[in-house]
Amino acid sequence: MSNASTAVHGDHHPVDPNVPLEYHEEENSLRIIGFWLFLGQDMILFSSLFATYIVMHGRVAGGPTSQQLFDVTGFTIETIALLFSSFTCGLATYEMRRGHRNAVIGWILVTLALGLVFLGFEVSEFIHDVGLGATLQRSGFLSAFYILVGTHGSHVTVGVLWVMLLIFQLLRRGITPVTARKVFLWSIYWHFLDAVWIFIFTVVYLTGKVI
Amino acid sequence: MHGVVNWAVHFFMLDEGPLIWLSDFLIICASLGIVGVLTKFRLWKWLWDEWLTTVDHKKIGIMYMIAAILMLFRGGTDGLLMRAQLAWPNMHFLSADHYDQIFTTHGTIMILFMAMPAIIGFFNVAVPLQIGCRDVAFPYLNAISFWLFFFAAMLFNLSFVVGGSPDGGWTSYPPYVENQFDPGPGENYYLVALSISGIGTIATGINFLVTILRMRAPGMTFMRMPMFTWSVFVTSVIILFAFPVLTVALGLLLIDRDFGSHFFTVDGGGAPMQYVNLFWFWGHPEVYIVILPIFGLMSEVISTFSHKRIFGYSAMVVSMVAIAILSFVTWVHHFFTMGAGPGVNSFFGVSTMAIAIPTGVKVFNWIFTMHKGRLEFKSAMLWSLGVIPNFLIGGLTGVMLAVPPADYQYHNSYFLIAHFHYTLIGGTVFGVFSGLYYWWPKMFGVLLNEKLGRWHFWTFMIGFNICFFPQFFLGFMGMTRRMYTYPAGYGWGVVNLISTIGAFLMGVGFIIFVYNVLWSARYGERDTTGDPWDGRTLEWATTSPAPHYNFAIIPTVKGRDAWWLMKQSGEPINGPKDVPFRPIHMPNNSGRPFIMSVFFFLMGAGFVFQWWILAIIGFVGVLICMAQRSFEYDDSHYIPVEEIEKTEAAAGRL
Ligand code: HEM
Ligand SMILES: [Cu+2]
Repeated sequence: MSNASTAVHGDHHPVDPNVPLEYHEEENSLRIIGFWLFLGQDMILFSSLFATYIVMHGRVAGGPTSQQLFDVTGFTIETIALLFSSFTCGLATYEMRRGHRNAVIGWILVTLALGLVFLGFEVSEFIHDVGLGATLQRSGFLSAFYILVGTHGSHVTVGVLWVMLLIFQLLRRGITPVTARKVFLWSIYWHFLDAVWIFIFTVVYLTGKVI
Repeated sequence: MHGVVNWAVHFFMLDEGPLIWLSDFLIICASLGIVGVLTKFRLWKWLWDEWLTTVDHKKIGIMYMIAAILMLFRGGTDGLLMRAQLAWPNMHFLSADHYDQIFTTHGTIMILFMAMPAIIGFFNVAVPLQIGCRDVAFPYLNAISFWLFFFAAMLFNLSFVVGGSPDGGWTSYPPYVENQFDPGPGENYYLVALSISGIGTIATGINFLVTILRMRAPGMTFMRMPMFTWSVFVTSVIILFAFPVLTVALGLLLIDRDFGSHFFTVDGGGAPMQYVNLFWFWGHPEVYIVILPIFGLMSEVISTFSHKRIFGYSAMVVSMVAIAILSFVTWVHHFFTMGAGPGVNSFFGVSTMAIAIPTGVKVFNWIFTMHKGRLEFKSAMLWSLGVIPNFLIGGLTGVMLAVPPADYQYHNSYFLIAHFHYTLIGGTVFGVFSGLYYWWPKMFGVLLNEKLGRWHFWTFMIGFNICFFPQFFLGFMGMTRRMYTYPAGYGWGVVNLISTIGAFLMGVGFIIFVYNVLWSARYGERDTTGDPWDGRTLEWATTSPAPHYNFAIIPTVKGRDAWWLMKQSGEPINGPKDVPFRPIHMPNNSGRPFIMSVFFFLMGAGFVFQWWILAIIGFVGVLICMAQRSFEYDDSHYIPVEEIEKTEAAAGRL
């Protein structure tokens, strides 16, 4: 079975050796499209949450408004940390294409650290707000705020846990088409969360500070 | 001690009277019966190895179909209970509370746990075979989809005897369903069960999109795909766009109920209308999710039994895509009366009516397909032909409902009930029966009995019309939906009695179907050719049932109706004699999808009863299953050539 590694339960399509490693087995390239579609549905999910947030923004029920609540320094640091982590995540993919396992792991660790910084600031922001009486139960606006931003935050948490598993696999197996595919999927997930954050930054925080 | 007993009596609803006792009794008998049979005949291992751990799309399809038929029975029983109550004025054998629970579970089960698994079952049964591949793109994920659906359905059905059923209607509108007005686990069951099965449905959508995009046999271009595969493709796109919105609507409502947020409450700045918008942004596309695949399979059936290729293939494709797009811009027609204003209502009225155009195109194409064809009225064909006039009634009354000023008259009346049953039964259920008669031999290797099939069709079809046609008039006479009883003197009594008689006739039709299944299992004609209908598409090229690997050699497609062309040119399915078989790569079975879904079930139960420890256990279990999967590298095997040769020889295909 010379071509065992390229077989898939569907059919054999010849694989172009010039494509990046993560596409090298047909099974992998199927999973990559599948994952893009998954991100597509995730985008719809976030869109629904955004729509709900926009409807709820003014419904403060006498409680704190976005203008009173949002802390510019906090959300700026979060934004910088997450945007920068997208860059380091890109560097990890770059090193993966060049086959440098240790560099990949190094950049993943940097990304992970930035992700944790982001999460740390987010959690402390939430704790601070709750301390002021701005809880999920306080008003429609706050419900929508916590759930939209929190859904993004829990996605980031999943990304952090996921990539920890991948580090073990990289250490054990090195860069193979399968591990490359896994790291690649995680990286597009991470970039996607960054893109969602840009919307949260503008729609929730920037706009919320002004109106 | 006394407190515990009291709690348990209430929890298991033993204080609710004989209906619950009877259900408890039946459930216990059925469970003991199943366990007994499995133990007596030592079938546990077989069950685990062959079914619970399978990742084979054909078996998953069969499990979906069985579940759908069971749920049709459960939902149908609910329907008959309601019809019994409504047969005559002032009947009180169901209390108002029970009636509310029953119409809620009826609607929810019929749409989410009957229609959805039935059509997804057909996806599984037919698509990989039709496009000539060996399984779906992600077989493991496919098993997860099924088990999530299965355990969600179990959870939902449990509500009847544990803690109480939801009673907010299948739409579950706030603010009524918020804790303030509707406390208890009931609505949580609805929210949790639908969320869990929704995850599975989204996964199915992704799975079939990738399967159809990437796994078609060589030569099968997009415009050579069978019509059913096309409809699955379009439907999967709709699933991908619509279901996440439902997830959000349900999730937010659950957070309101479990954690006291204010999304949809009347106080605290909540916006109940936001739920209604989200719900129907999913809800309208959902009705196309359950009808487009039926349109697809009708195209297959009508063309097969007319022995002609489908008329207007490209028009069929374009009209499906048009329906899919339009289905996302009509959702407001479900609440014209909620005061959006004339501008908005007119827009959505017109967009709704516009859907009639592509639908009409399809109807004409089916008729032209039959024109000058050699028609054969097998049961499958009867059911497909039955859809045309019945769905037409549903569609035309739909256009009536789409006229906003007129809708103010019959909104939420029995006119509406009749309308959507004409589309859901006259369309989806008839179509599901058509598909069952058509693909039954492919699924089980046995044909259903034609004579019983005709009895089934005529009793069910006539019963259906007797049941639902009079309801249009009940609507005009002012009878509103979700009414648990009504006083004498409105002149509704006799009409309702007729309707109820029709409902029971449908019940008789269903029993004939079940008898047909049992009869055929024992005496039915075996399908030894793999092609009992002189079919046109590739699923008929392989044996019935198809071998584990579907095709020993993947066929090369030379045009539309690939198998028909191969038969015309006398091409053998296994290719020229001198081409040797090669080992076939297949995914391994796995118990994890099942186990993971059990954890989902536990987590769901935790959210239903607010037992947070259970919820956390379930959640951690799910995470562990996912992490384990991440470390699983060896998840496939090769079927050796000798085994393929043996299988093909046994089927006489060497
Ligand atoms: C056995 C045949 C059936 C009978 C006798 C039947 C009867 C009924 C009755 C009596 C109601 C309640 C009317 C009311 O009080 O408002 C109802 C509601 C409903 N039915 Fe059926 N039905 C049948 C099949 C189906 C099927 C196959 C579907 C879907 C695929 C379906 C979907 C619904 C829905 C969505 C509702 C609305 C529930 C609600 O108000 O929340 N039914 N049906
Ligand atoms: Cu609609």
